[in-house]
Amino acid sequence: MNGQIGIRRKIKIGLLRAACGLCAVFTCSLTLFLLVYVLVKGIPNISWELLSTKPSYLSGKIGILPDILNTVYMIAATLVFVLPLGVGAAVYLTEYAKNKRVVAAIEYAAETLSGIPSIIYGLVGMLFFCQFLNMQTSLLAGALTLVIMNLPTVMRTTQESLKTVPQSYREGAFGLGAGKWRVIRTVVLPGCIDGIVTGCILSVGRILGESAALLFTAGFAHALNGFLKGLGSAGATLTVSLYVYAKEQGEFGVAFAIAAILMILTLLVNLLAALAGRWFKRRQKL
Amino acid sequence: MRKQKAFEDFVHGIFLILGLVTVGCVLLITLYLVIAGIPAIRKIGILDFLCGTKWASTAKEPSYGILPFILTSVYGTAGAILIGVPIGFLTSVYLAKLAPAKIRTVVSGAVSLLAGIPSVVYGLIGMMVLVPGIRGLFRVPDGASLLAAIIVLAIMILPSIINVSITALEAVPKEYEDASLALGATPVETYFKVSVPAAKSGIAAAVVLGVGRAIGEAMAVMMVSGNAPNLPKLFGSVRFLTTAVASEMSYSGGLQRQALFSIALVLFLFIMLINAALNFFLKRSKEE
Repeated sequence: MNGQIGIRRKIKIGLLRAACGLCAVFTCSLTLFLLVYVLVKGIPNISWELLSTKPSYLSGKIGILPDILNTVYMIAATLVFVLPLGVGAAVYLTEYAKNKRVVAAIEYAAETLSGIPSIIYGLVGMLFFCQFLNMQTSLLAGALTLVIMNLPTVMRTTQESLKTVPQSYREGAFGLGAGKWRVIRTVVLPGCIDGIVTGCILSVGRILGESAALLFTAGFAHALNGFLKGLGSAGATLTVSLYVYAKEQGEFGVAFAIAAILMILTLLVNLLAALAGRWFKRRQKL
Repeated sequence: MRKQKAFEDFVHGIFLILGLVTVGCVLLITLYLVIAGIPAIRKIGILDFLCGTKWASTAKEPSYGILPFILTSVYGTAGAILIGVPIGFLTSVYLAKLAPAKIRTVVSGAVSLLAGIPSVVYGLIGMMVLVPGIRGLFRVPDGASLLAAIIVLAIMILPSIINVSITALEAVPKEYEDASLALGATPVETYFKVSVPAAKSGIAAAVVLGVGRAIGEAMAVMMVSGNAPNLPKLFGSVRFLTTAVASEMSYSGGLQRQALFSIALVLFLFIMLINAALNFFLKRSKEE
């Protein structure tokens, strides 16, 4: 049985295996480089003063507190709208819909939405929310634009987890005389909480990273506002202000500080998503 | 009892409306882009608009030809695919078939971090590392160029390509691989000659998804491509379809503004074509 695999064949196999390994190593080290580069360049520029003040023309100093708050407002406002819409759509698809054409139309629409680039969302958001509905450039207009963007994500994760709610639970509840709405409220919705949480985490990640859709809908102001007043006025989130500081103003120190903060937040979001996924999987097995 | 029924119908109606919101959004976007995009195309003339090679929107005698943007988007995407697909594909084969479980967890974590990094951060790193690098390495006056954009895009589409390819490779029935192994093929040969062909529709879908991501990216590209409306040259400053919309929107008015909407409409048509291709491959991959 000696020499069953010829030397040429061996070399070919070795080369293929090496190519695969090399590419994986490349992907990994690239990520590591990006992470380390941004953190090394950014963390020295983060100071308490930067985090806790707003930009002041008098002293010429830059603070990013308004941008941090705007990002938080943006996330909160988007989630408030997108959760009922996305979860409702998913419940409709799995619990109510009987007409195959309606289901196909909704699913096709969701797929289309997830393929549309954010710059187009920004443009339509500007035309519809800012101009047609007369909201002007405001955080609310930006949040509503992001609602449309994140709708497919929340819908899909909820749908996936609705599928794992055993049919027998529903039948049991129906058998005890519960109406459809009662079954949904007491059996179906609590069963899909993991999908809703996953959808939330993914949406937070996307909102944190979004910039093109917000440039013309939420604008680039750095005013310090409360939640409700903030929603009505223009404001830059962290990503938008990174862009403005780097590209328009040449303030690379601030830009890297923001980039480092965004990087850390992205890491946290990824970690949370992984933990949630593991936890929910374990819970399902019980 | 009748009251109960009316209530249930009411709830049903509400959920139906929530479900239809998605469809409404797609219609709204399509409608708005068509309504906003058509006037400028009619005024400029569709041939002059699509095939004109000169974009001078703020000149005294303005000229609105978007061929440079279309070509730049096509070349940029093609370049990103040429670099990104081989790397992403081989990484996905490694992760799906070759890697030990522990390494797999680490690399998958890296890939999902890569997917989560905001595009402006990619743009910033591109500005600070790639652009000076290209200037120094190739001795060109300015490193902000099509090449810089291609490299940034190639990195940005990696996670999409890797994730979709892994799903496709993992869906290959184990019997196929077992049969090939039993016939005497080594594992690596099996993966490349049996698993990969069996997953080809899914891998095609991954490539198409990468095309969609690359053609739609705006901010990162805006920060590294120089943004001058030239016909595409590898080391020249260029403007993409996405960045053409973004860069002039804040100060435009009149026909110039309408022309920007028309560019968005052209971009949207590209994306719809890509979506159709994506659906085609995904459906076929499910049937397999």
